[in-house]
Amino acid sequence: MAKKDAPPRWDRKMQQRLARGEAAALGELYDRFASLVHGLAHTVLGDERGADAITRQVFAHVWEHPDAYDPKQGPLRSWVADLTHRFAVQRLRDTESAALARGGHGTPEDLERKVQRASVAARADYIVQAMPAPLRAALELAYFQRRDYRQTASDLGVTEDEARRRLRLGLQLLSTAHDVGAPPGYGGAV
Amino acid sequence: MNDADWSGAYDHEGGDGHEEHGKKDEEHGKDEEPTYEHGDSSDSARPGPAGPPRIPLPRASVEDTGRPLPEVVRQQPLVLAHPVLKSLLGAWALAACSPEESLAVEAHLGECGACAEEALRLREAVGLLHPAESLDLDPALRTRVLEGCLERRPPRIPVPGWASAYDAETARLDALLQDFGDAEWHAPVRLRWFRADKATSRRTTVAGVIAHLLTVDGLVAVALGLDDPLGEVPAKRPTPASRTEAYWGAAHFPPTRSVRGPWREQSHDLVRTVSFTGGPAGALPVSYGDFELSLRDAMLDRAFECWVHAGDIADAVDYPYEPPSGRHLHDMIDLAARMLPTALARRREAGLCAPARGRSLRLEIEGSGGGEWVIPLEPAPALGIAPREVAHVALDGVEFCHLAAGHVPPEEAAAGQDGDRDAIRDVLFSVASLSRM
Repeated sequence: MAKKDAPPRWDRKMQQRLARGEAAALGELYDRFASLVHGLAHTVLGDERGADAITRQVFAHVWEHPDAYDPKQGPLRSWVADLTHRFAVQRLRDTESAALARGGHGTPEDLERKVQRASVAARADYIVQAMPAPLRAALELAYFQRRDYRQTASDLGVTEDEARRRLRLGLQLLSTAHDVGAPPGYGGAV
Repeated sequence: MNDADWSGAYDHEGGDGHEEHGKKDEEHGKDEEPTYEHGDSSDSARPGPAGPPRIPLPRASVEDTGRPLPEVVRQQPLVLAHPVLKSLLGAWALAACSPEESLAVEAHLGECGACAEEALRLREAVGLLHPAESLDLDPALRTRVLEGCLERRPPRIPVPGWASAYDAETARLDALLQDFGDAEWHAPVRLRWFRADKATSRRTTVAGVIAHLLTVDGLVAVALGLDDPLGEVPAKRPTPASRTEAYWGAAHFPPTRSVRGPWREQSHDLVRTVSFTGGPAGALPVSYGDFELSLRDAMLDRAFECWVHAGDIADAVDYPYEPPSGRHLHDMIDLAARMLPTALARRREAGLCAPARGRSLRLEIEGSGGGEWVIPLEPAPALGIAPREVAHVALDGVEFCHLAAGHVPPEEAAAGQDGDRDAIRDVLFSVASLSRM
């Protein structure tokens, strides 16, 4: 679900401004997406320096190739998340392979599993951020605040029926993070 | 089962339904297992098409009837309709339903493949939830990332160097506001500054501070031909304080978090616009009502104010907040140093300064962003005569900025001093007099 404050118009305009070489547009792009990019990269890599490096890589890529974004394929946000995911998973694979080659613990299968797990976790984080706010609020109450669905319903001012529906739907969306072979990246999740 | 049955079965979970269970137990005693099965109890609880609406009989206490009391713990699972069970799967996976409902769901999973499959999927999904990690990005990362990008592909429309402090400081404040809830937005803040050598203050909230920044940044917006955030609201005078009071006073309610969007949009617009007008436009005058600054200095001034008020906000909500980068801090100090001769002259006109014709003071700022500035105390009688240095003051850069912001009384500023005491006093008071709301 596209954010209400980020209509496609904003995306197209941002792309034009980047293509025009407007440094101020790059700053705005960073202000809007840096925490998304850094957060996803951190989920995959689990370390701050790696997440910083991916953040640099993603923004450099967008700045150097603004035309690679196709507004018809989905929101800019999804594209940026997709780039982040791909770069971060690549970096994880590279560093883990290098460690393996140096005689580190584990097998190539372990590596694959680790990469897979990190990839699913990052997709899940993105899904949680991108899901409709009412679903996220219900999950937040039931999971983090340990409210049962009746309390969740009354906290949100909705019927118990609706609270159960939101919890189930939220988890259904989240569970698609496990779907390998889903269209690359995030198009399906938003 | 159709939808009507589903809702009926669901209603059964309510208080009436439980009463129904209790009454059945009373009527049938313990010698008989409850007979309600799928759909049975919900049907009997609802007015059937055949009989009259069922009205519960008055209840008698079991103790009074002489019959055996029911067992305290009843393990008999609730019997719920399939759509209800299915609708409970999310809550069940999150352990967010009643123990009875959980039991009913689990019993059902043994019989229904589709629900069992979904339940497994949802349980796995729960494992993907985790508390959001703190997203406090290092503000220096923004600078590094942007600089890295601009090196790889030089911008055709760069942000002028004199606007970079404003760009960085507004981004930093916006990041601070990121996770604020209502409690933070309405936290009280006391704005402090110096007026006529006296500490003065004004109470507002975090949202009120952002409204203040919005209206005063608006002076630059107006000079650039952008929309005035004050809109049609009349300000008594076009000064920062008067505009702020007008904005605060125009609304029936105190400012809320909704002020963040307009403030951020305007700050982005300012950076964008000065990028297009480019370097030469730096000389464009920006009126503050009582005085004027060039556009380049006004942008530095707004960066300074943004940092100072971000500090006020951070204090109010008990967050740490770092000073600007050394480069930006240096530019801000330089602006204050350049404004000092005018401030000294104004104090002298008001009879608050001793005459100091042809004399100067050396201001040494230590720490990141520091440097040395020679401050002429009063213009020399003739051009070409170098002023004579009569005093030397050493201050930490952040301390100097706190003094210039009116957050530290001049008498208490931690300054190393050497030389003419009157000159030092005049300069420190003049620094404090640069502060305003």
